[in-house]
Amino acid sequence: MAQLEYDEFGRLLFTEEMRKEYTILVPQMAPYHFDFLIHSLNSEGYKAELLKNDSYMLIEEGLKYSHNDICVPAMLVIGQFIDAIKNGGYDKHKIALVITQTGGGCRASNYVNLLRKALKKANYDYIPIISLNANGMEPNPGFKVSARLLFKLANSIAIGDVLMQVVNETRPYEVNEGETLEVLKEVTSTIIPFFERKKINIWKYPRKLIHYVIKEFSDIPVDKTIKKPKVGVVGEIYVKYSPLGNNNLERTLIEEGCEVFTPSLFDFFLYTFDSSVHDINKYGGSAKKKLALKVFIKLIETRREFVRKTLKKYNFYKPLSYKELKKLAKGVIDYGTHSGEGWLLTAEMIDLVHMGAPNIVCTQPFGCLPNHIVGKGMFKKIKELHPQSNIVAIDYDTSASEINQINRIKLMIANAKENLNKKK
Amino acid sequence: MYIKRIGIDIGSTTIKAVITNEENEIIYKTYKRHMSSITSSLLSLLSEIKETCVDKEFYINFTGSAGMKLAHNMGIQFTQEVISATKALRSFDDSIDVCIELGGEDAKIIFFDGINIEQRMNGTCAGGTGAFIDQMATLLNVSSGEVNELAKNYEKIYPIASRCGVFAKSDIQPLLNQGARHEDIAVSIYQAIVNQTITGLSQGKKIKGNVAFLGGPLTFASELRKRFIETLKLTSVFIPQDGEVFVALGASIAATETKFSIEKVIELVVNETKREKVNIDNGIEPLFKDEAEYDTFIKRHSKAKIESIDISSYNGNAYLGIDAGSTTTKMVLLSEDNKILFQYYSHNLGNPVEIVKNALLKMYEEVHPGISIKGAFSTGYGEQLIKNAFNLDGSEVETICHYKAASYFNKDVDFIIDIGGQDMKCFKIENGVITSIILNEACSSGCGSFIETFSTSLGYEISDFAELAINSRNPVDLGSRCTVFMNSSVKQAQADAASTEDISAGLAISVVKNALYKVIRAVDVKREFGENIIVQGGTFYNNAVLRSFEREINMNVTRPNISGLMGAFGASILARENSVDSSQMITKEQLDNFLYKTKSAVCKKCSNYCQLTVNIFNDSKKYISGNRCEKGAGLLSNMDDIPNLYLYKYDRLTSYISKVNRVYKGTIGIPLGLNMYENIPFWHTFFTALGYKLVYSERSSKTLYELGQDSIPSDTVCYPAKLIHGHIESLLKKDVDFIFYPNMQFNVIEKSYRDNEYNCPVVAHYPELIKANMDSLKGTVYLDPYISINNAHSFAKNIKSIFTKGKLSAKKGDILRAYDKAIKEYENYRIDVINEGKRAIEYSEKHNKNLIILAGRPYHIDPEINHGMAKLLRSLECVVVSEDALNFMADQSQLNVINQWSYHTRLYDTAKYVTTLKNANLIQLVSFGCGLDAITSDEVKSILEASGKLYTQIKIDEVSNLGTVNIRIRSLLSTMKGVQNGTTRI
Repeated sequence: MAQLEYDEFGRLLFTEEMRKEYTILVPQMAPYHFDFLIHSLNSEGYKAELLKNDSYMLIEEGLKYSHNDICVPAMLVIGQFIDAIKNGGYDKHKIALVITQTGGGCRASNYVNLLRKALKKANYDYIPIISLNANGMEPNPGFKVSARLLFKLANSIAIGDVLMQVVNETRPYEVNEGETLEVLKEVTSTIIPFFERKKINIWKYPRKLIHYVIKEFSDIPVDKTIKKPKVGVVGEIYVKYSPLGNNNLERTLIEEGCEVFTPSLFDFFLYTFDSSVHDINKYGGSAKKKLALKVFIKLIETRREFVRKTLKKYNFYKPLSYKELKKLAKGVIDYGTHSGEGWLLTAEMIDLVHMGAPNIVCTQPFGCLPNHIVGKGMFKKIKELHPQSNIVAIDYDTSASEINQINRIKLMIANAKENLNKKK
Repeated sequence: MYIKRIGIDIGSTTIKAVITNEENEIIYKTYKRHMSSITSSLLSLLSEIKETCVDKEFYINFTGSAGMKLAHNMGIQFTQEVISATKALRSFDDSIDVCIELGGEDAKIIFFDGINIEQRMNGTCAGGTGAFIDQMATLLNVSSGEVNELAKNYEKIYPIASRCGVFAKSDIQPLLNQGARHEDIAVSIYQAIVNQTITGLSQGKKIKGNVAFLGGPLTFASELRKRFIETLKLTSVFIPQDGEVFVALGASIAATETKFSIEKVIELVVNETKREKVNIDNGIEPLFKDEAEYDTFIKRHSKAKIESIDISSYNGNAYLGIDAGSTTTKMVLLSEDNKILFQYYSHNLGNPVEIVKNALLKMYEEVHPGISIKGAFSTGYGEQLIKNAFNLDGSEVETICHYKAASYFNKDVDFIIDIGGQDMKCFKIENGVITSIILNEACSSGCGSFIETFSTSLGYEISDFAELAINSRNPVDLGSRCTVFMNSSVKQAQADAASTEDISAGLAISVVKNALYKVIRAVDVKREFGENIIVQGGTFYNNAVLRSFEREINMNVTRPNISGLMGAFGASILARENSVDSSQMITKEQLDNFLYKTKSAVCKKCSNYCQLTVNIFNDSKKYISGNRCEKGAGLLSNMDDIPNLYLYKYDRLTSYISKVNRVYKGTIGIPLGLNMYENIPFWHTFFTALGYKLVYSERSSKTLYELGQDSIPSDTVCYPAKLIHGHIESLLKKDVDFIFYPNMQFNVIEKSYRDNEYNCPVVAHYPELIKANMDSLKGTVYLDPYISINNAHSFAKNIKSIFTKGKLSAKKGDILRAYDKAIKEYENYRIDVINEGKRAIEYSEKHNKNLIILAGRPYHIDPEINHGMAKLLRSLECVVVSEDALNFMADQSQLNVINQWSYHTRLYDTAKYVTTLKNANLIQLVSFGCGLDAITSDEVKSILEASGKLYTQIKIDEVSNLGTVNIRIRSLLSTMKGVQNGTTRI
C-alpha cells in the first residue's frame, strides 16, 4: 500500500504509487463537460470517478464541516466529498480528491485549503487532495498536468460547450419529444472512445468529431415556429453550471417553456489567462509568461473558430469569439475588474441581450463578493444601454427556499413572455 | 353569457379571492388569514363562493407564492403576483409611475416608464415586511393596528437596522429594555421598513412621481404611508380602494386560460389534500419512536431539580437574584439552603422596569417578618438599569451568573449552552475558568423567540406548540441559516401542506442545528467540549428542542428544572456570596410610590452622537443608557490618556488637511471609506505636491448613509461598502472639481512570504460599481484609475490616465517626485502607528491595564463602522491596539489557508504576536456579509487557540446597538481577570 508522504510544509502528497492504487474522486461541476474530463484523466493512467451523489444529506455534511458564512460552492463541494467518503462505499485509504483552483482575489482560491480543513475536522486527513490548476500551485509527484493532459482537458471543455449549446438550442423545439436527449446519449457514447485514447496528437484538433456532433443535432427535426423566450444564464462559475448548486436551474427554465442559453465554459478559462496578461501589462511581471499565455489563447481561438463556423453552417447560433466578447465590455466596465468572473460576466450579459436573449438569470452564491460589482452592480448600466434587458439576480444558499427563487424566476419569465408577445 | 372570472391570491399569511364581471368590477371579495392550513382555508373560501354565486363556470386564476405549487398540481392557471398587481393597476390608472407593494413577507416595486415596466422583488436576505411588523408588535405587546396608533404620537425616530427583521429586532429589544418610548419605537419600525424598501428595491432608480401603495400593511397603516411620503418627498400618492385584495383582482382580470365549475375546483383541492398524505422522505427521524421512549426521556430529565418551598414556612436569610433578559424577566428569592422561596418569570412586554416593579411588589406581599433579605443582585441585558432603578446591592455580567448556577447542578460542568429568547450563549469551562464564550451573532439568532413568534402567528401557546412536535412523524427540513430564511422555508413547508406537528418538530431541529453547526460549530461535542453538559435557557423547556439536541450530539445532557431561571438563580447565589447586613434594595413603601419616566436625548460630547435614553426614577435619580463611553453617563473622564490606536489613527489620518491660504490648481474630493483611510497619507502628499487641494467627505453617520442608500445595487454587500455611496453624495455637496476613488486590486506588500497582496474584491472594485450606479456623479469629473502603489514604475504608467485633458495636469517628472514623497509619507504614517502600538503595550504593562487587540481592517477605525467600540473599550479602561500596529512583531508564515490579502496577512501576524503577550486578548471585528472573514476568522482562531488564547469575534453591521458587544467584552474581561489571577472563580 502507498505510504503517506508529506512536503516540507506538511502537505500530504499524491504519490506515484497512489496514482496506481487510488481512485480520484471528482466533484460534479458541469454536467456537459465533466464526463469527458474523467475519461481524459483515465486515459492518462489515473482512476478517476465523477461524484453523482446529490442527496439532501450532502448539504448537512457541508454545513458541519465548513464555516457557515462560506459560499455555497465550497460548502456543496465539501459536502459532496464527505458524503461520498462516508457513504460511497470506497476504501477510505485508497481515494484521493481533486478540486480546481483558479487563483485570484476571490475567496474561491481557498477552496482546496478549506477542503483540507474539513477533512481534518472529519478525521480524514490521510486522504490526499489534488489541486487542479494551470499555474503550478501545490505540485504532486503522482499528478502532473502534462501538455497532453492539458490539451485533452481543453478538448473536453470544447466538446462540452458544443453539446451544451446544441442541446439547449434543439430541445425546446424538437418535434419528437425526448429525441434531443436520446441523441445526446448516443453522441456521447460515440465520442467517449476518443477521450479514452492515451496517445493523441495534441497539434491535431478533433475537427471530424466536432463536425459529427453538430451535424447529428442539426438532423433532429425541429419546429421553429413555436415562440419561446430565450433565457440566458450567467453568474459565478459553480452555481452557473452545477445543477446541484443552482437547484436544477436549466431544468426549471425548460419546464417553464423557455429556451436556455448558457455561455461557454471555455471563455471563462481564456478570460482567466487573459487577466494574467492584463496584470503583467499593467503592474509588471514575466514577459515570457505573457507570451506563452497569448500564444495559448491564440491557439485555442483558432480552433474555436472552426467550431463557430461549423455551428453556423448547420444553422446554430454562431457564438462570439473571445475577442468579440471582450469588446462588449468596453466602456461599461474596465478590464482591470477581474476578480471572480469579473468583466466577463458583464460582457456575457450584454452578449445575451444582443443575441436576443435579454432575459437573464444572474446566479451567485449568497454574499458572493465579486458579483456585488460585476453582476448586480452592472444591472443599472446594462438596463440604461439596453432597456429591453430583463435580468433577475438569484442568490443560492444551502438554506434559501426554493419557492422564493422560483417565484422570482417566474416573474422574469412572465415579463419575457409578455415582451415576446409584444414583438409578434 | 359572460363567464365571470375569479382570482385567488394565496400569500404567506393570507388568502384572498375576488370575482370580477365584464367591466372588471369587483362583485365579490374575501380576505382571510390562512393560519398555515392552506387547503382547508381554500376549501372554506370556495364553498363560500359556491353559496353566493350560482354561476356554472368561472375562469380561474391563482396568484401568490403559496399558490404556485397548488395551481400547478391542479392544472389551473397561475400568474406571478407582481404581474397580477401590474395588471390590476393598469386597468385603473395609467398615470402611476411607481407602485410599492408590501405583503406578508415580500416587498415589491414596479416602475412604470412609458411602455417599459420594471418589476422588482426583495432578494432572499431582505426578509419580512408585514410579518416583520407583526413580530415587532409582539415585542411591544400590542396588535399591529396599535403600532399605527402609537406611531401617531412620536417624538423622535431611532435608527433601526433596516436590513432584515433579525437585525431590527436586535436594535429594538435593547431600546425597549432601556425604556425608550413605545411611540418612538413604533415610528422607528415603520421608518426601518421604508429604508429597507429603498435600499433593497430602488437600486439606483428614484422613486418619484405618482406612487401607488398596495398590500395589507400599506393599506391599513396610515403612519407607514406617512413615513414613505415624508422620506421620499412624495406629492402624489394613490391608494386603491380594495388594496388588500388588489393582487387577487389582478389575477381575476388576467384569468383567461382555465375554466372550471366551483364543484370541480373543490374536487381538485380535495384530491390535493389526499395527495399530500404521500410523505417525502427527507431522512429526518421522528423525535420519539413511541410513548415509552418519551416517558423514559421525561423521567431522566426530572432528576436535575431544585426544590421550591412555601415561603411562609421559612424563617431566616434570603437572597434575591433578578435576571433582566432581552425578552423576559426572571426573579428568584433563595433561602440559605438553596431552596426557592419565590420565583417569577414574565415577558418584558416592552417594559422591564414596570415588570420588575410588579414582581417585587408581588414578592413583598409574600415576604414576612421572619425573612431578612441580605443581598440583591441583577444580571442580564438590563442589569445596570434594574440595579439603578431599585437600588440593588450589585450586579454581574450574565455569563458569570450562568456559570454559578450551572455549577450548582454539576460541579464538573464542562460546557453550558443557554438558548434564550434572543440570544444563545455557550461557555466552555476548564479548571473553573470560563475559557471560551460563544455568542450568536445578529445573523444566526434563530433562537427561542423565533419559535414563539411563529407559534403565536399560528394561534398556539408556545407550550402547546412545543408538545405538538412530540407526535410528529415526519419532521420537515427547514434549513438552518437565519430566521428570515427559516420563515421562507416554513412557508414552503406550508405550501407543501406539512402538518403543524411536523413544522413544530422541524423548527426545534432547526434551532438545534443552528446552535450546533452555526454558532458553536462543533462536529464532535464530546471531544471538543467534554461530557458534562448543562443545557438551559427558556428554549430548553421545549422538550422537542431538548430531544433533538441530545440526539444531534449523541449524548445525554442535564436540563435543570429551573432551566429558564438560571441567570436569576446564579445572581441570587452571588448575592449570598456577597451578602450584606441588610440589603439597600428599595423597600415596599418606596416601591408603592415608585415613579418612573423616560426621556430621549442625544449625547453631544463627541462625534459618536450616541442616542441616549434618560431614565428618571422618582423625579430625582437618573440613569442614562445608550451611551458608549463614560462621558454620556454624565461622568467626568480621566481616561483620555489610555492609549487607543483606533482613536489615534482616526485623528492622525483626518489631520492631513490642505492649507487654507495656498492657491491650488483645483480641489479633489476623497471619500472616507474602505481602502482610502490608510492611503490618505499617500494621496494627500501626492496631490499636494502636484498643487491640488484635498477635501474629504463628512464623517460617517447614519444620516450620511441614508444620503446614498438609494443607489446601492446589492443589499447584501458589507456596511463599509454601502457607506461609500453616502460619502460620494457628501462630496458632491462640497462642490469639488474632481472625485478621486481609485480601483486598487493590489494592496501594499509588507511581508515577503505571503502568496499575494490583494485587496478583497469589494474593496478593489467598488469604484467601478460607484461609477455604474450613481447618477449624481454626472457633471463631476470622477477619477477611478486602476492603480497599485507598490512600484513607482507601474504607478507612473497607470496614473497617467488621470493626467489627461479635462482631468488633472502635471509634468511627468513631478509625478515621480510626488510619488517618492508620498510613499515616504505613507511609510512615516505606518511607522508612527507601529510606535504608538509599542507605547500602548508598554503603558498597559506599566499601569497594569488590560490590553485588547481590536483586529480588523484599516477602515474599521470609522466609529460608525465599529459602533464606537473603541470608546466603549476605553471606558472599560482597556488599552486598545490595532492589527496594523503589531504585525511587524511576529511572522506567521505557515498557514492553513492562502495568504493572499494584505490586510489579512496583518491579522495572522498579529494573532501570532498576541499569543506571546500575557495580559492581552484579541477581538476580531467581522463585517456582516464579508465572505473573506469566513476564512480569516477560522484561521485567526486556530492561531490563538493553538497557544491557549481566547478568541473573541464581534460581528458588526448596520445595527447600532452595543448590547451583545457589551456582554461579550465584559465577559471577556472578567475571564481575563480569572486567568490572570490563576485562581478559580467559583
